[in-house]
Amino acid sequence: MISVNEFTEKLEAEFEDLQKGTLTPDTDYRTINGWSSMHALIVIAFVDSNFDILLTGIDLKSTITINDLYNLIQQKK
Amino acid sequence: MPLLKAYIKHISYHLPDKIFSNDDFFSIFPDSKKNLDTFKKIGIKKRHIVADGELASDLAVKSAQKLFNKYSIDSNLIDFVLFCAQEFDYYTPTTACVIHERLKLPKNCGALDFNLGCSGYPYGLSIAKGLIEGVGVKNVLLLTASTLTRKVHPKDRSLRFLFGDAACATLISSRENDGIHNFVFGTDGAGAEKIIIKDGGARNNIESSSHDEIIDDFGNITSRAHMDMNGVSVFSFSVKTAPALVNELLVKNDKQLEDIDLFIFHQANLFIIEAIRKKINIPEHKVFNYIELVGNTVSSSIPIALYEAIKSGRAKKGDTILLAGFGVGLSWSGTIITL
Repeated sequence: MISVNEFTEKLEAEFEDLQKGTLTPDTDYRTINGWSSMHALIVIAFVDSNFDILLTGIDLKSTITINDLYNLIQQKK
Repeated sequence: MPLLKAYIKHISYHLPDKIFSNDDFFSIFPDSKKNLDTFKKIGIKKRHIVADGELASDLAVKSAQKLFNKYSIDSNLIDFVLFCAQEFDYYTPTTACVIHERLKLPKNCGALDFNLGCSGYPYGLSIAKGLIEGVGVKNVLLLTASTLTRKVHPKDRSLRFLFGDAACATLISSRENDGIHNFVFGTDGAGAEKIIIKDGGARNNIESSSHDEIIDDFGNITSRAHMDMNGVSVFSFSVKTAPALVNELLVKNDKQLEDIDLFIFHQANLFIIEAIRKKINIPEHKVFNYIELVGNTVSSSIPIALYEAIKSGRAKKGDTILLAGFGVGLSWSGTIITL
């Protein structure tokens, strides 16, 4: 499993609107500028294609920070 | 005389005149402009929108008239009309009967409505195949129509970006070679509320509270009287269901992935289709999409894409094409056709 910093960098790269370095593991990812359902889909698709884990809306609701997401994925693996 | 098999003979479609472009969208939702790159992933630049008083049946009649004129089809040869929509003229009678009269179809013609959305086209093909191969019907006119934009809340930014209105007319006839092969159907009624218009049907009347604004986790606004779609759940459902549907279709039709010349998925949005494509490892050139100029047209999305695939030369006679629809219900269906 990659490190949380690498996870954060890779996730950040999925959001073309974001400048490099905007996200940290402690970022509440819902504070991404203009957070919308499309952003949530990007997170789900990223996790699915990189870790073969399909998160649900309930999974996302149980997380706040990128670190939370990372830990959830580790649990599900 | 050999038993005749069903096949898709002709397709035509009709779009309403009014256009809602991305420029129109961003002028209503200017703070979405900062996420332009994210919106680009959806793959839609404009959609056509019905006018007030323009019904799904009106669009369907126009698409059928286009079909008859373009291919010089004698409407007296139609012996069954199927109407797939989510908006019907009346509680009763069947809207297909009303359409039958408007198209001056012959009296010895069956007429049936069915209410499905994004899985509607493969379902319609299955009914047509059954009618032709099981019961001896000769020419089925399958009409799909959507006027869903009428039910999208004006402040629902997500759905206003996605949906467009359209109708499509498909003539399914019979020939010696099998043109429509085996089907897969699936339903998950537990997901009924994931895409729903709660009030205004028989279960819940329209009341004063029906139009109270409901704001979701992403700031999209809807009401009980408008379309309510849980986008995240529907995405997860699509990415889980579509690959399984494709695999089951291949097994049922005794085919390998490489045997399929073209894949046409319900045109929900390009991001979902790309996620599905990657999951099944379908080469990019084998997936045909047509959503940029029409948006998500619900049950017409697959036949419109099929029409455009044929028109552009991406699909030609003899090609093996997999069609997969999934969405409201939750419902999914698919088939493999040979043009």
